[in-house]
Amino acid sequence: MGDFTMPSLGADMEAGTIAQWLVKPGDEVHRGGIVAVVETEKSTMEVEIFESGVIDELLVHEGESVPVGTVLAHVTTRTAEAVTAAPPPPPPSGPLPPPVVSPVVRRLAERSGVDLAVLSGSGLGGTVTRADVERAAQPTGDEGARPEWALGRAGPRSSPLARRLAAELGVDLSALRGSGPHGSVVERDVRLAVEVRPDETPPAPVAPEDRQAAMRRAIGALMARSKREIPHYYLSTTIDLTAPAAWLEQTNLERPITGRLIMSVLLLKATALAVKAVPEMNGFMGGGTFASSEAVHVGVAVSLRTGGVIAPAIHNVDQLTLDELMTGLKDLVGRARTGVLRTSEMSDPTITVTNLGELGVETVFGVIYPPQVALVGFGRVTERAWARDGMLGVHPCVTATLSADHRVSDGHRGGRFLAEIDRLLQEPGKL
Amino acid sequence: MTNDEARQLIRSVLHQVAPEADLDEVGAGETLQEALDLDSMDFLNFVVGLHEATGLEIPERDYPQLSTVEGCVTYLTSAG
Repeated sequence: MGDFTMPSLGADMEAGTIAQWLVKPGDEVHRGGIVAVVETEKSTMEVEIFESGVIDELLVHEGESVPVGTVLAHVTTRTAEAVTAAPPPPPPSGPLPPPVVSPVVRRLAERSGVDLAVLSGSGLGGTVTRADVERAAQPTGDEGARPEWALGRAGPRSSPLARRLAAELGVDLSALRGSGPHGSVVERDVRLAVEVRPDETPPAPVAPEDRQAAMRRAIGALMARSKREIPHYYLSTTIDLTAPAAWLEQTNLERPITGRLIMSVLLLKATALAVKAVPEMNGFMGGGTFASSEAVHVGVAVSLRTGGVIAPAIHNVDQLTLDELMTGLKDLVGRARTGVLRTSEMSDPTITVTNLGELGVETVFGVIYPPQVALVGFGRVTERAWARDGMLGVHPCVTATLSADHRVSDGHRGGRFLAEIDRLLQEPGKL
Repeated sequence: MTNDEARQLIRSVLHQVAPEADLDEVGAGETLQEALDLDSMDFLNFVVGLHEATGLEIPERDYPQLSTVEGCVTYLTSAG
């Protein structure tokens, strides 16, 4: 049995609204499959599930807004109960076969004093599920229809780490809603409780016309947190783009119009490769310590035409070819602006790149997206007077900036990082 | 392609690329990129849209001619 919870789709998300369920009880799901559409203040997203099994029960209705970590559905995982829940579905007419019950559920029923024979199963093929037993075991009244998390509990189960952290941070465990196994309170619940101030009640479902104001608030809250917590330092350097621009022109000349690349793709790839040399730019700050990330998921700041900005990730940019990256970028920008993003894109960028400068400015000093530790900004590509080898010439140039977290790195390493991006761009054929 | 057809095509392709963009707001001589906030990805999508509608293989070196509405109209009408 697993719990499918409202994921955190970015550090600025406190709650989400189930816009649509794409599965129903009894449906088989696979790890990575998309099971629901969730709306947040910033966007609409397809939510992936991280377990394989059978959907047992949906606990949150469409249209309901719930905090991050809330259990949305119970999932019977493959290895456990689903194995016994495999008989063919009952015939459409005729007497129903006796309910199929897994050993786990039978034990739970015995413990709870529930008579299995009187239960009608809601699981696959009329199987009596754990949730059915739990419902039957609850006191009568309207509570029976409410999801488990909504019921008062004397003392929630909690992990040892959560208890230690709660003591350190002065959090009352009994006031928390657990998102761990069986509703137990885990580390992230405690952290969440500290982040969510008591006066910041979860927002109600957002009407489209309120979206802009809500997004402004969400961005404001996240950026305020960033400026409050992260000691930023800023570096800037000008990069000569003659080599990559010439390479790009030559490459695109040979390609059909639909296969052409843009400079942004080279800049993204160079950034992703540069973190190999300076890994302290790529990863997350959590609990006062930095964890660098093996994978390079580059968040791409996309400005929305209706106002606001969103920075979903392209995964494993360091391993993509330029063509794959171009396809990925096109798809991501399109979906960020008009369509729907996926949970994994919102929740796990390890470093962010902003290309804001394309729309005018020469230099952009970005604000880091917590819990990331670095943000790279590229300004507009402009022709500048550039001296090289004792000659003055006109070269296409870009100003690259780095905003980085001083708790993790120093200016010296930051400078090395920008120099590495520069070096990589000078050999565009190898990107 | 007539002037009006070209204008109509530009309008519909721009609408696909940037639904919020209003072509009427673009002044004569103003570039589309600046007037409508098009980044290089948007502009590429715009050019791809023109290509798909007309079959023209628009080389990259012609991009500057497409940066204004008038430029686009001239380009499209003179190309056939």
